[in-house]
Amino acid sequence: MIDARIIKELKQTLGAERVLDSPVDRVAYSYDATWAEALPDVVVLPLSTAEVSATLRIAHRERIAVVPRGAASGLSGGAVPIMGGICLCLTRMNRILEINPEELVAVVQPGVVNMDLQQAVGRYGLFFPPDPASWDMATLGGNVAENAGGPRCLKYGVTKDYVLGLEVVLADGSVMRTGGRTIKNVTGYDLTGLIIGSEGTLGVVTEITLKLLPKPAARSTVLAIFDHIEAACQAVNRVITSGVLPLTTELMDGDCIRAVQRQRDYGLPEDADAVLLIDVEGWPEALQREVDLVQAACEAAGARAVHCAHGEAEAERLWAARRAISPALAELGDKLGEDIAVPRSRIPEMVMRIRAIGRKFDLRTPIFGHIGDGNLHPYLICDRSDAAMMARVRQAAEEIFLAAIELGGTLSGEHGIGLAKRDYLERALDPVARAQMLRLKRLFDPHNILNPGKLFAETETASAP
Amino acid sequence: MGKSLERLTQPLSGPRVHLPALPDYSVLRHCVRCARCLPVCPTYQETTLEVQSPRGRLALLKAVADGVLPVAAEVEAHLYHCLDCRMCNTVCPANVPIGECIVAGRAAFAQQRGLAWWRRLVFRHALISAERLGLVLAPLRLYQRSGLARLVRLLLRALPAPFARLRTLEALLPPLPAHPLHATLDVITPPRGVRRYRVGFFLGCMMSQLFAAESRATVEILTAAGCEVVTPRGQVCCGAPQDDQGDRVQLRRLARANIALFEGLGALDAIVTDCAACSHMLKEYGALLADEPAFAARAAAFSALVRDIYEWYDAILPATLGRPRTPPLRVTIHDACHLANAQGVRQPQRRLLGRIRGIEVVEMTAPSACCGSAGIYNITHPAMAAQRLERKLQDIASTGAAVVVTNGPGCLLQLRAAVRERQLPWRICHISELLAAWGDLAAEEEPTAWEGADVVTPAEALATGSIPSDCAGMPLKE
Ligand SMILES: Cc1cc2nc3c(=O)[nH]c(=O)nc-3n(C[C@H](O)[C@H](O)[C@H](O)COP(=O)(O)OP(=O)(O)OC[C@H]3O[C@@H](n4cnc5c(N)ncnc54)[C@H](O)[C@@H]3O)c2cc1C
Ligand code: SF4
Ligand code: SF4
Repeated sequence: MIDARIIKELKQTLGAERVLDSPVDRVAYSYDATWAEALPDVVVLPLSTAEVSATLRIAHRERIAVVPRGAASGLSGGAVPIMGGICLCLTRMNRILEINPEELVAVVQPGVVNMDLQQAVGRYGLFFPPDPASWDMATLGGNVAENAGGPRCLKYGVTKDYVLGLEVVLADGSVMRTGGRTIKNVTGYDLTGLIIGSEGTLGVVTEITLKLLPKPAARSTVLAIFDHIEAACQAVNRVITSGVLPLTTELMDGDCIRAVQRQRDYGLPEDADAVLLIDVEGWPEALQREVDLVQAACEAAGARAVHCAHGEAEAERLWAARRAISPALAELGDKLGEDIAVPRSRIPEMVMRIRAIGRKFDLRTPIFGHIGDGNLHPYLICDRSDAAMMARVRQAAEEIFLAAIELGGTLSGEHGIGLAKRDYLERALDPVARAQMLRLKRLFDPHNILNPGKLFAETETASAP
Repeated sequence: MGKSLERLTQPLSGPRVHLPALPDYSVLRHCVRCARCLPVCPTYQETTLEVQSPRGRLALLKAVADGVLPVAAEVEAHLYHCLDCRMCNTVCPANVPIGECIVAGRAAFAQQRGLAWWRRLVFRHALISAERLGLVLAPLRLYQRSGLARLVRLLLRALPAPFARLRTLEALLPPLPAHPLHATLDVITPPRGVRRYRVGFFLGCMMSQLFAAESRATVEILTAAGCEVVTPRGQVCCGAPQDDQGDRVQLRRLARANIALFEGLGALDAIVTDCAACSHMLKEYGALLADEPAFAARAAAFSALVRDIYEWYDAILPATLGRPRTPPLRVTIHDACHLANAQGVRQPQRRLLGRIRGIEVVEMTAPSACCGSAGIYNITHPAMAAQRLERKLQDIASTGAAVVVTNGPGCLLQLRAAVRERQLPWRICHISELLAAWGDLAAEEEPTAWEGADVVTPAEALATGSIPSDCAGMPLKE
């Protein structure tokens, strides 16, 4: 528990109305989008880099844990203050500082919501490619801290591909600027890249310089239906080798199809083993050719049927089915969502492994994913009030992680390690690299105050890692 | 086995504190905390505070059930910061009935801690029927008609800040109609031609007392369209204010009384109301009384008959209404929260207005965003309400519409007060007013006041006085 004296100092520094320590406020900042919960001692709502810096100076001096927090839509427990301390909530630093349509650059504060940026740059005919499904609520600071991706990452890459520069407040309160405004920049170490995906353990991002792209003119959606999920995975490879880089390659397995169809008729075949939603985008003149190539590739891979959506309404209906997966699965019970990625060629094998693990532990495991980028999201359907079942869920999750690593993949495609997967990091990383990472952590955060207990288990137990 | 994963998959132990009215734990645990409801919530938009968000409010309720937070005033106050606008319900991927949980939470606290004295006074004694509301409003009517009003307004302006609420209240009230509708309407109003339908008319307290002309227009349109309108004496309040303010006990009493009353009317094609808050509440009776064996089936049957006025008009009015006019009248639709967000009624009003020739509908960016009225919220939380109103006014202005149509009496109060105070060139009208004036439903009638006026720009209209800056209910017939 933080000393009352320190809370008083925080209040004097930031103003009492932006330092919250009532029981009610502490409860409201005790969670993210996982099932983890832990109360912070105090919540701080800075408005500026200077206030973040002042807060960190105090925390550094007093050795208090600081957990940065955006919208708390994170799926790995990153924003949960498991060791108490200060919840540093950045949602009020939500100004778009600059949009420069000539340079294709935007400068934002970390609390800007992804969708708000999309809307603002949309007025200039531009867009910001990273599109996590949580784009309407997640903050750009959170996107950077988790290196978020989304369905269209196959074509456009992930958050790190669009960050040109950062302003970061370090553990001791000093302010560091990294990168710049240019696409090419090889001046010194890539500290921007180091901070991206660091999950709030190396510094607090207070300003982000982003790269934008011009919005493509048109988009088409193809639905391909498969009797075997392996054929769907092969179809994606064939599409890409045929010379088309689709915008998205979304896979829904039979369990997901039936779950959404039970709620509403989206026109998906309930007896299929898998469907693929493949979008291509570009100039209308070029699109038809790409659609033809996609259709041919899917058929060659053994699709039962391939269908190009006619008009926006039908495309929208198909995508509505994709978005309906999550609520539809909620009807089946509680669910633990996973987020592994494997090399694309190993996806069929990974899907089979997941299904086998589900059978072994007697759990339903509906699967969907952006498979073109190797990212799969298996769900473990469960009942949280059933302790025995929850134990099986844990074992199944662990086996899924290990299977992904075995197949040359990774623990997390986009949701991050956080609290959820930190204990498996040892198995997923090269030992030399992991040791080097811990050294970096110590260099950036000698008193281990920045999001302790996340990413590396050691940072929970050691007072100074 | 990893320790950290264990922390994320802790089995739920279930509630430790049991309050009878608290939302079911199984409902609370359905919230997966995905944050999707945050950006759409008006109070979160204004504050970006988690306690001011739907997810935060559910977390507080769960913390109460978990025994982490006490059943105390500082928790209860937070539940009342919610506008009860139900916007959150419309986006939740887990289908958590968030708004319902929050008002249930208020009721649970009220049961445990007692209802605040002023809530007891208002919701048990004043706001329980149109008649009772009339008694409360009688001195006001007198006051408005005497020269006193101007004096008091001046006085209120001079009073210090703690009297701000009185000032808000005074500014909100429109000139009261000389006679509330329930006092003048016959039990049976026959259809104008052949009887095509027999409908029970549920008179909202606010509509009857404050917007008698608008509600009178509803009856006229209904009868013109072939409805026999049955308005039983002795109706009580629908219970929406009680629901909103945590008084479940009184709510149940009111529901039972209304159900019994309408059961006595014989066969009805529908129970119609021209108040969006009433239509929502009446539709909820079935769920509300589902646990009362004596009333469950009766309440369900009652609720099944209820139609919001938009739905009913959409179902029974002719395929084309009105006459072509150039330029057409620009109208924008403000959806009452309890209509669009709570009942999901969005299309009937759009179909209906689309059928009126001579009218061009221009949509706001967020037609169902709360205007800040929210029951009595604008009196209990004036600052937040003012922020919401500001957004709404900007959204209306962006449409260039001359007329804003709605069927929420709270919205009428809130928006008309703003129009009065700022001299805005808009007419805020109830759908029945608009239909009576532009629908050409009663062709044999004299042209209405709007009919004669050429269509002019709002600014011109204001300048020439053809749209009175005081936009109280306009007379339908001279
Ligand atoms: C329904 C749903 C769908 C999702 N879909 C996707 C998806 O498609 N792709 C994807 O990648 N993710 C997805 N996510 C996960 C999540 O939305 C992303 O990880 C997102 O980037 C988190 O942003 P946030 O603002 O909510 O961050 P938070 O959850 O608040 O924080 C996440 C982490 O970032 C740190 N952090 C936050 N802000 C800062 C800052 N300014 N400086 C330093 N550290 C900071 C926190 O300490 C924490 O460790 C989804 C989540 C949900 C609930
Ligand atoms: S949208 Fe629904 S599930 Fe998501 S946080 Fe809000 S209430 Fe919870
Ligand atoms: S009902 Fe309205 S104000 Fe209340 S939590 Fe939901 S969206 Fe927010």
